[in-house]
Amino acid sequence: MTIFLTDSDLARLHGDYGSAAQMAMSILVQMAEIFGATELMDITGAHIDSTIYIGEAGLEFAERLASLGARVAVPTTLNVSGLDEHHWQEWAVPAEWARNAHRQMLAYQSMGCIPTWTCAPYQTDWRPKFGQQIAWGESNAIVYANSVLGARTERYPDLLDICCAIIGRVPAVGLHLTENRAGDLLFVLQDISPSLQSNESFYPVLGFLIGKIAQDRIPVITGLLVKPSEDQLKALGAAAASSGTVALFHIIGETPEAPTSEAAFQGRQPSRVVPVTLEMLRTARQELTTAHGDQLDMVVLGSPHFSLAEFKELAHLVAGKRRHPSVQFLVTSSRAMIYLAEQAGYLGALRDFGGQVTVDTCILATPMLPSGIHTLMTNSGKYAYYAPGLLNTIVTYGSLADCVESAVVGRVVRDETLWAG
Amino acid sequence: MGRIIHGKPVVPGEAQGKALVSSEPISFWGGYDYHTGEIIDRRHPLSGQVAKGCILAVPFTRGSSTTTAVLLEAIRAGTAPAAILTTGVDSFFALASVVAREMYEKPIPIFAITPQDFSTLQSGDHITITEAGRITIF
Repeated sequence: MTIFLTDSDLARLHGDYGSAAQMAMSILVQMAEIFGATELMDITGAHIDSTIYIGEAGLEFAERLASLGARVAVPTTLNVSGLDEHHWQEWAVPAEWARNAHRQMLAYQSMGCIPTWTCAPYQTDWRPKFGQQIAWGESNAIVYANSVLGARTERYPDLLDICCAIIGRVPAVGLHLTENRAGDLLFVLQDISPSLQSNESFYPVLGFLIGKIAQDRIPVITGLLVKPSEDQLKALGAAAASSGTVALFHIIGETPEAPTSEAAFQGRQPSRVVPVTLEMLRTARQELTTAHGDQLDMVVLGSPHFSLAEFKELAHLVAGKRRHPSVQFLVTSSRAMIYLAEQAGYLGALRDFGGQVTVDTCILATPMLPSGIHTLMTNSGKYAYYAPGLLNTIVTYGSLADCVESAVVGRVVRDETLWAG
Repeated sequence: MGRIIHGKPVVPGEAQGKALVSSEPISFWGGYDYHTGEIIDRRHPLSGQVAKGCILAVPFTRGSSTTTAVLLEAIRAGTAPAAILTTGVDSFFALASVVAREMYEKPIPIFAITPQDFSTLQSGDHITITEAGRITIF
């Protein structure tokens, strides 16, 4: 397969626009050939996941680009970094890690990116619009942009996202093209009560289940009896993009490319119809929990980063209460969202409760947890999915109310009535 | 004599090693410890196995877009698989290898094979791969 490159693409490839653009274009063209693209296409925004500090290689890559004078060509937001820039010393982050993670933050900022430091860029002013072509990294952001907003991005891996942002172009393949956005599997909710569907803890479980079954195919959901909130859709997508490779889902009558079943499947038939029963959801909910017993060291919330609406809900739940002294309580979010939550008066109740806040990063991306933390509880499907492997911890999955109640009594308690059927 | 299958070179190169095979997709973020090469996703069937120097065969990557960064670290640290076989062209693995060529001039070979051929592979097989994608299984 030969890829067609414009004169301007070729000029970048030959170094006429500097060494950074040449390096970015070289990687982009090699990847376009691997994707089987026949041409590149323009984008109007990017979100960079390469900001997460993993080790020396990622840092060397960022600093190589920065030292060559790289500049992004389109408005580009930054994902979480490996460091809460101004509060890391309050936690167990080693100084050497902090130095390296900070160098990586500075390298990406020097390229002209917007220092949003959030895995929920759709909760910022740079939220993309319907039909907008973008290059986003971060699996939860990708699935949200495609599914909930109707913007168009492929699953951009770390390191390629920044190359696309520097060039302002992407391989014209995959989810950038209408014909590749049709649904494939149909998931039909069967006899799931509206009260369960209204609870936020339903959505990560549904997402986890759908991701496991759909893997890399596009799931379409029908049978929802309530209108899910943006936070519920973000939780669904984040879980589906953890247990599977879901980059786009449709909900018939809800998401922008699925006003009807016909539209969701672009006139085709589903390859398979999967009934979703309460029993399947109960099993999935159990799989999100790796802990046995009721021991609890820490409650962690905010993956993806907490929104203003979630801070409001949490403020309501913790009002007048106090966490048990043996249980830490942490919320991860962005600087901008913390500012808004403070303005709105939601942080006072959280502080009085004994809760803490971390910005710029999350527990998965920075080694902040003290060594005595072994058992976690969360309402996040993504935290529940990744914490066992990344942090060598065991996790209980529960609703937001369960998390607050458990923090108060000092051990895991869960309200099972919603899931009893 | 070995059995021969053919792979499509995604990132070409020669390799040989012991096969480590799972039909379960994998995320390297939270799934691969680049300091040791151990697979650490406790929900994955290969959990606890060390993939360093092996021919890793998984159908594709799932989940986090950080998988690429972790594989790049593993290549730099010398803890990566000797080669990776997938059932389709997996761009997350491919990119790590492309960037490793750009940065360190040491890509790892990545080949796509058919699901039928994939299903015949078993952990413990000894595999050799030529530049052109001739894969011999002993």
